[in-house]
Amino acid sequence: MRSDGSQSAPLSLKVAAACGLLFLHLPILLIFVYAFTTEEKSFVWPPPGLTTQWFAVTWNRPDVWQALSLSVRVAAISTAIALVLGTLCSAAVSRTKFFGRETISLLVILPIALPGIITGIALRSAFSLADIPFSFWTIVLGHATFCVVVVYNNAVARFRRTSGSMIEASMDLGADGFQTFRHVVLPNIATALLAGGMLAFALSFDEVIVTTFTAGQQQTLPIWMLEELIRPRQRPVTNVVAMVVVLVTLLPILAAYYLTRDGDQIAGSGK
Amino acid sequence: MTIAALNSNPTPAILPGSGGVRGALSDLFWRKPKVLLLLMLLPPVLWLGIVYIGSLFALLAQSFFSIDEFSGLINREFTLKTYADLFQAANLDIILRTVTMAALVTLASAVVAFPIAYYAARYARGRWKALFYLGIMLPLWSSYLVKIYAWKLILAKEGILTWLLAKLHLSWVLDAWLSLPVVGGNSLSVSFTGTFIVFVYVWLPFMILPVQAALERVPGNLVEASSDLGASPGQTFRNVLFPLALPGIVAGSIFTFSLTLGDYIIPQIIGTSRLFIGQAVYSQQGTAGNIPLAAAFTVVPIVIMGFYLWGAKRMGAFDAL
Repeated sequence: MRSDGSQSAPLSLKVAAACGLLFLHLPILLIFVYAFTTEEKSFVWPPPGLTTQWFAVTWNRPDVWQALSLSVRVAAISTAIALVLGTLCSAAVSRTKFFGRETISLLVILPIALPGIITGIALRSAFSLADIPFSFWTIVLGHATFCVVVVYNNAVARFRRTSGSMIEASMDLGADGFQTFRHVVLPNIATALLAGGMLAFALSFDEVIVTTFTAGQQQTLPIWMLEELIRPRQRPVTNVVAMVVVLVTLLPILAAYYLTRDGDQIAGSGK
Repeated sequence: MTIAALNSNPTPAILPGSGGVRGALSDLFWRKPKVLLLLMLLPPVLWLGIVYIGSLFALLAQSFFSIDEFSGLINREFTLKTYADLFQAANLDIILRTVTMAALVTLASAVVAFPIAYYAARYARGRWKALFYLGIMLPLWSSYLVKIYAWKLILAKEGILTWLLAKLHLSWVLDAWLSLPVVGGNSLSVSFTGTFIVFVYVWLPFMILPVQAALERVPGNLVEASSDLGASPGQTFRNVLFPLALPGIVAGSIFTFSLTLGDYIIPQIIGTSRLFIGQAVYSQQGTAGNIPLAAAFTVVPIVIMGFYLWGAKRMGAFDAL
C-alpha cells in the first residue's frame, strides 16, 4: 500500500474537527443576527423581527463616536511606537549574537506572557508611586508596551529569512549604512512591518484589561462596551457596535495574513 | 597599454570617507558595529526596562506595604502582614477556586483542540490548510469583549441555547444540570458552567496553535508504521501520537492556564458572585482601595506561573512554541 499522505481522515476525526471549528465561529456569527433584532429589552431568540433602525441610532450617539476616536488615536500612536521599538529590537537580535540576547527576547515577550491584570496593576501602582495622573498618554504607555512583541515577532521571522549577504553586497558596492537601510533592508522587511503594525493596531484597538487600569475617566471603545455589558443602557446599540468591531478587526487580520503568508507563519501566532 | 592606464589612475583599496555628519556616522557604525548595536538596543530596552520591569518592581514593592485598617491610608513600611492576609480562609478559597477552574479549562481545551489541530496538521492540504489557519486565527484575533458578549446572548435564559434544547425536547437536561449544587445556578449565564464554557471558548485558539505545530513535526509514516505493526487506533494514539504531541499541549496549556488565572472580566460578566483572583485584585485596588493586598494577590499567579513554566521547560514545551 502506498503511503502518499493523500488518504482521507477517519469520519470521527472529521466530525470532531468540524464541530470544533463550528464552536469557534457560530457565536461570532450570532452577533450579526442580533444587530438587526427589533427586541430592545432582552436577548430573546429567535428575534421577533428584523430592522436596521439601530444602525441609525448608533450613528447618532456621540459617546460611541468619542470612544471610537479615542481608541483609534491610542491604537495609532501605540502602533507607531511599537513599530520603532520592535524593529530596532528585532534588528539587533537577529543581526548579531551578543551576551544577554535571550534575556532581551524574554523581556519583549513578558508583557504578553504574564496575565494582563498583572501588567495593568503594575502600571497603575507605578503611576501612583510616581504621582503621574491618568491621561491619554498613560493609556498609550501601556498599549505600546505589549504591542512591541507583535511587531518584533513578525520582523524577527522576516530577518531570519533575509540573507545577510545582500547587506554586505550593498556595502561592497559603495552604499553607506543609511543607503543600505533605505534601499536594501527596508524593502525586504516592509511587508512584515506592515503586517506587524496591523496586528499591533488590532491588539491595541481591542485591549480592555490593561486599559481599565490605566485609563482614568476616559473611555476607549472596549471600555465603553465593558460598561454596557455590566450596566446595559441600550442593548441594541451594543449589538450594532459589537458587529462593527468584529468587521473592523477582521480586515487588518486578513490583510496581515496575506502579507506574510508565503513562508513565515508567524503573523498571528502568540497574540 | 591598458595596464599602464590602470596603473596611472589607481583606485584606492579603501574608499575615502564620504564626508558630512551622515557619512561620519555611517563610517562609525561600520567600523564599530557595537556602537550601532547599542544604539539599536537602547530605546526598546530602556522602554521595556523602565516602563514594564520598573512597574513590576513598583507592584512588588507595594505588596510589602500594608493598609491602615482605621484610616484606610497606605503605610509605606516593610511588612509581611499583607501576605499573611492572603492565607485567610476567604482568600485561600478564591485562590483554590481560580486554580481549579484554570486546570479544568486547560484540560477541556486540550480535548477540544486536539482533533482540530490533528486534522489541520495531517489531512488539510493547500486551500483547506489556509482555511483552517484562518479559521483558527480569526476567532483568536476577534474582539475579546465581543466574544464574551456573544456568549451572554447564547447562555441567557431567553437565549438560543434554551430555545434549541426546548425544540429538541431536552430542556429537562438543562434544568437537571442547573439544579446541581456547585456548577448550577439560576441560568447558565450566572453559573460556573457558563464561566467554564466561555473560558474554554476564548482560550481555545491558544491551545490549537502549539498542538498543531507539534503535530506538524510528527512524520505521517510513524502513525502508519504503528498500525502496520498491529496497533489499534486507540493504541497508536496513546503510545505514538499523544507522547509526541505532549510538548505542544504543555505549551498551549501555559497560555490557557495563565490567561484563566489572571482574567477578571469573564467571571464578572458570566458567572456567579463568587470571586476569582482577577476579580479580587480588581476590587481590592478599586473599591476597597487596598493596593497592597491587590499587589500581593497578583504575586500568586506570578508564582504559580513561575513553577508552571519551570515544569514546562523541563518537558521541552518551549521547542514547540
